[in-house]
Amino acid sequence: MIDVKPASSGSDRIWMWIAIGTAFAGGAFVQRMGFFDFVQKNPGEIWKLLLEHIQLVGISSAISISIGVPMGILLTRGFMRRYRDWVLNFLGICQTVPSLAVIAISMTYIGIGPKTAIFALVIYGLMPIIRNAVAGLAGVDQVILDAGRGMGMNSRQLLFRVELPNAMYIILTGIRTSTVINVGTAAMSFLVGGGGLGDLIFTGIAMVDPAYMLAGAIPTACLAVFMNWGFGKIEKWIVSPGLVYD
Amino acid sequence: MITFERVSKIYPGTNIPAIDNVRFEVPEGEICVIIGPSGCGKTTLMRMINRLIPITSGVISIKGQNVSEMDVIKLRRSIGYAIQQIGLFPHMTVYDNIATVPRLLKWDKQRIAARVDELLSLVGLEPDIFRFRYPRELSGGQAQRIGVVRALATDPPVMLMDEPFGAIDPINREVLQDEFLRIQEKVKKTIIFVTHDIHEAIKMGDKIALLETGRLVQYDTPEGLLVNPKNRFVKDFVGADRALKRLDLLKVKDAMMQNPVHCHMEDDAEVVSQHMLENELTFLLVADQNEKLHGYVNHYELKGHHGKVKDLVRPMTITVKPEQNLKDALSKMLSYDIGIVVVVDDDGKLLGVLNTRTLLSVVGETYDERGGVWGKITSRGRI
Ligand SMILES: Nc1ncnc2c1ncn2[C@@H]1O[C@H](COP(=O)(O)OP(=O)(O)OP(=O)(O)O)[C@@H](O)[C@H]1O
Ligand SMILES: [Mg+2]
Repeated sequence: MIDVKPASSGSDRIWMWIAIGTAFAGGAFVQRMGFFDFVQKNPGEIWKLLLEHIQLVGISSAISISIGVPMGILLTRGFMRRYRDWVLNFLGICQTVPSLAVIAISMTYIGIGPKTAIFALVIYGLMPIIRNAVAGLAGVDQVILDAGRGMGMNSRQLLFRVELPNAMYIILTGIRTSTVINVGTAAMSFLVGGGGLGDLIFTGIAMVDPAYMLAGAIPTACLAVFMNWGFGKIEKWIVSPGLVYD
Repeated sequence: MITFERVSKIYPGTNIPAIDNVRFEVPEGEICVIIGPSGCGKTTLMRMINRLIPITSGVISIKGQNVSEMDVIKLRRSIGYAIQQIGLFPHMTVYDNIATVPRLLKWDKQRIAARVDELLSLVGLEPDIFRFRYPRELSGGQAQRIGVVRALATDPPVMLMDEPFGAIDPINREVLQDEFLRIQEKVKKTIIFVTHDIHEAIKMGDKIALLETGRLVQYDTPEGLLVNPKNRFVKDFVGADRALKRLDLLKVKDAMMQNPVHCHMEDDAEVVSQHMLENELTFLLVADQNEKLHGYVNHYELKGHHGKVKDLVRPMTITVKPEQNLKDALSKMLSYDIGIVVVVDDDGKLLGVLNTRTLLSVVGETYDERGGVWGKITSRGRI
């Protein structure tokens, strides 16, 4: 095997320097806002809220995935196929509803607490997952399905050995989008008493204290970036190298 | 082996049958080519065999067993299936692709590994190089080979192939066809082979089933189709050059005139010359004691020569083997413009002669055994 590494191009380098420069400028800025002082004084507080935040995202995303992917599979089975476009359009419309509205609506039904937050996050996170699962599965080349069927795979074998592996990249992209958005949306769960880093952000806004606000916002942003990076790794690991996507 | 009895297919929402009352039988171990213009129902007919398309009426049976009454999954696993678009699973390696049906049938690992290697070697792909490649890393021809080999994986007695060499350029197609025929020679499967290429049909088919808008027009051997086209449609379909197509079909050994007139190296030149004069021969083939071809002599040179024939013999390089087809022979003959080709076996032994007239007589229906300046070359053997 010959492993060809892509030579890092000039533009990559430029972007790297821009990122480093921005990081320095940002560091100087947040220093002036008193961010580091705050972090040094309240490490326990931030840590606790971060864990809460991760928990909110983790639980809601896990539920979204375990509902969304099977829903996507169901919607592409023969008997449901005629509803597919209808459902996809509906989900498309739903996605335009702002996350804040979803949280507010759930609150009027379930009340206050982390359960409401998780419920709202699940609902909001479901859409990209279902959409991508349906799009991914429906996009699997008919020819290979025909080949699989012709060779005597039953529908379960066809699903697990052919359809899902081929749709995996698009399904994972949906999950990634959903989870990363979820990290941001989870900040709003403070509004319904759900905890998480939103606590610091919204308190900071209310008190007009940038140090407080940044102590919530920066870990949230880092978490989102980290999640995105992590999913990129998982994708490489799960999606077959036989499939290439540009 | 595979019988179609009054098979019809009407797609839902249409009222013209895509397949209309088709009946024929494919004997065991033969290749049956289904051919016809686009949209005549070839794919439909083929896919009804493994029930990828449900039959509307009639019975298709394999070894006397009605396919509609068999378990559909078992049925499909027992039939090799190769398609024009190849349909290799892009997320699987070559190995996994070939192993698909063996795994469905729960073969053990060693057996699968051995089989994959065997099959890859069969189509001339080095297992160590290709085993773990992905389909995107294969050329079109290699992918097509893997597609065919995947269908062969469990050694099924019946194979369905829908334009298996369709997605490939003509030169590589020839190579694959030859390769496939060579394999078929060994494995003797019963094969339903769909194509729309009449050359491919003539080359590959033991039998050809010609369809026109869902009806079976003629079911015959390639020879029969070319010689006795049943009606205008068949005639047009096999083409105006059907006579030439027969050349593809016939072997040199079927058409050559055996025991051609010739002399020996040690024969006396004067005797031979006299004989040539009497029989109006201009040229004469020369062999040795063991009937090995050495060349030919020219009457003008031989005339008046005192000595042996071998002093004047000229080499004859334009020869064909008895197993070659007549098209090869004709192209040799035309490119050298001497009016004949000589048939010799692998050891160079003189077996027979083909000339323009014999070729034409095979192609056309007339037969004339006189052979121009080479005289009556079939009659008596050695002078
Ligand atoms: N699912 C379908 N529904 C309705 N009509 C169909 C369907 N599939 C095929 N047909 C029609 O049935 C006829 C036969 O189609 P089929 O695919 O068997 O043709 P074919 O001989 O394989 O053609 P080609 O050489 O182009 O592959 C065509 O007229 C086609 O339009
Ligand atoms: Mg077809």
